[in-house]
Amino acid sequence: MTPVIELENLEVRFGKRVILKRLSGRFSGRAIGLLGPNGAGKSTLINTLLGFHKPASGTARVLGHDIRKQTRAVRSLTGYMPENDSFIATMSGVRLVRLMAELAGLPKQQALEQAHEAFVYVGLGEARYRNLGTYSLGMKQMAKLAQAIVHGPKLLFLDEPTNGLDPSARQRMIRLIQEIRDQGDIHMILSSHLLRDVEETCDQVLILKDGQIAAYCDLEDERRSNRSFLELETRGANGTFTSGLEQLGCEVAVGVGERLKLVLPEGVEVRQLYELAAARNVQIRRLQHKRDSLEDIFLKAMGDANGRL
Amino acid sequence: MAVYKKHYRGYQGPLTSAWSRFLVPVRYTFEDLNRSRFLTLFFLGSLIWPVLCAAFIWLGHNLSALKLLNIPAGKFISIDVLFFQTYLGFQSMLAFFMTAFVGPGLVSPDLANNAVPLYLARPFSRVEYVAGKMSVLVILLSAMTWLPGLALFGFQAYLEGNDWAGQNTRIASALFAGSMVYILILSFLALALSAWVKWRPVAGALLFGVFFVAAGFGVAINQVLRTKWGHLINISYLIGTVWTELFEEKLRRGPGAVFFRVKSGEEIPVWAAWTALGVVCVFCAWMLNKKIRGVEVVR
Repeated sequence: MTPVIELENLEVRFGKRVILKRLSGRFSGRAIGLLGPNGAGKSTLINTLLGFHKPASGTARVLGHDIRKQTRAVRSLTGYMPENDSFIATMSGVRLVRLMAELAGLPKQQALEQAHEAFVYVGLGEARYRNLGTYSLGMKQMAKLAQAIVHGPKLLFLDEPTNGLDPSARQRMIRLIQEIRDQGDIHMILSSHLLRDVEETCDQVLILKDGQIAAYCDLEDERRSNRSFLELETRGANGTFTSGLEQLGCEVAVGVGERLKLVLPEGVEVRQLYELAAARNVQIRRLQHKRDSLEDIFLKAMGDANGRL
Repeated sequence: MAVYKKHYRGYQGPLTSAWSRFLVPVRYTFEDLNRSRFLTLFFLGSLIWPVLCAAFIWLGHNLSALKLLNIPAGKFISIDVLFFQTYLGFQSMLAFFMTAFVGPGLVSPDLANNAVPLYLARPFSRVEYVAGKMSVLVILLSAMTWLPGLALFGFQAYLEGNDWAGQNTRIASALFAGSMVYILILSFLALALSAWVKWRPVAGALLFGVFFVAAGFGVAINQVLRTKWGHLINISYLIGTVWTELFEEKLRRGPGAVFFRVKSGEEIPVWAAWTALGVVCVFCAWMLNKKIRGVEVVR
């Protein structure tokens, strides 16, 4: 399968400053979150993949197309939602999106139809004839999303899509991104410094630190492996309960105050733990899966110079 | 699909040819310009002079009309190089004002609103972007200068006969080439200045400054340094020198015969005028290359 992005010793410099330091890797997730503190190089990476910055050395491929030699092909396959305000204030929303669709190669009539559809899809149907200058911040973000998806890209670059949104607008944006992701025929790279946004929308995460890859992990794998780690808070747990758990195949460690940590083997359900507890007259007061949150992953990556997780 | 169905559906149909996409911004800009009543009226007004010139040509070939107006046939305007130079000189003034109104609005709103990344994130290059924006001015100014000029030439040739047309092909080529040189310079300057200041009114004012204030400086330089090379920063004069060469070659007339001509004795060589205009174009292209980018890098 062709990776979504492939980096080969990619180095980007602004004057003497090295912004991206020889990045290498193949990334194939459906939705890849690009995380990192401010100045880590997230936006620079996106802009380089779009051909806005010329690499000082190395190269990258987007959906198999070299960013140096096939910039046009890359741009025809991608949609881009920039971080900052990008619009023409005196143009109506639908006209701007139609213009962008035509520039992507859609014939006039189809561009108009797609522009209306994209606008209705992002929830701005009522406001599509208003000038963009009159839009609220949330509406501008939605309009930027509409122009990014209007031509049906195969890869969507979303640079800080929830920037400046209030909680309900953020929820709407996240829901839209999830919907687009779940359609199945579009990949996306979402850059954000908000861990929650990435956690809610992405299945893989690439963490950048000082222009280097600090970590790359599959959130779904992490979640799956975490599901087998359990922490129990019990009342009345005794040796028979622990040995019962071991008989089920669980690895058990006894903590302080009748707390147990265990690893569920495959095929054993949580329900069986409750049945065992009932049989041994033990109360399970609290049961929780170990949750190695994205925040933990991020903090680990920021602390670990090698970036190994 | 009806717009009330809120589903995202990627476009799968055929695409337009890549080479023709630079015309998309051209169409959008003309839609915008059409909405301005002032510009429409100004454009229509700019065609009054060509219509008057056509009337002069017609009158020149209509003895009964001249008699009716009590104008002796020999004393009426002769339709020659000077006639067409004067025509182009007048139209070029109007073309300059049109550029000052329209030119700054082509690029500066995109830059001021950070819309350039949206264009350039498509399969649409910077060259196509500039070519598209420049085409607006080229089309508009062509319709004000060489297109009516060639129509007048054709009208005169029709009334005068093929011999006249054969003997004066230089006028037709000079009308076209002279106008295009002027149009290119105006377009480059308008785009480069508006890309530089990103502010429409200031870009318009700067265009006036480049033409008129620089001309004043040129004269001052000539006075102070007792030279003629100060005219190198007078774009109107450079254009005039090139035009005179294109229209007249060795048949140069006295000073003040056409627009943009300076005093005799202060002429600079034609090659110097061409070179200076070339430098202006290269400088504007460099400035556009610097400013028209997907992202502006702060080093």
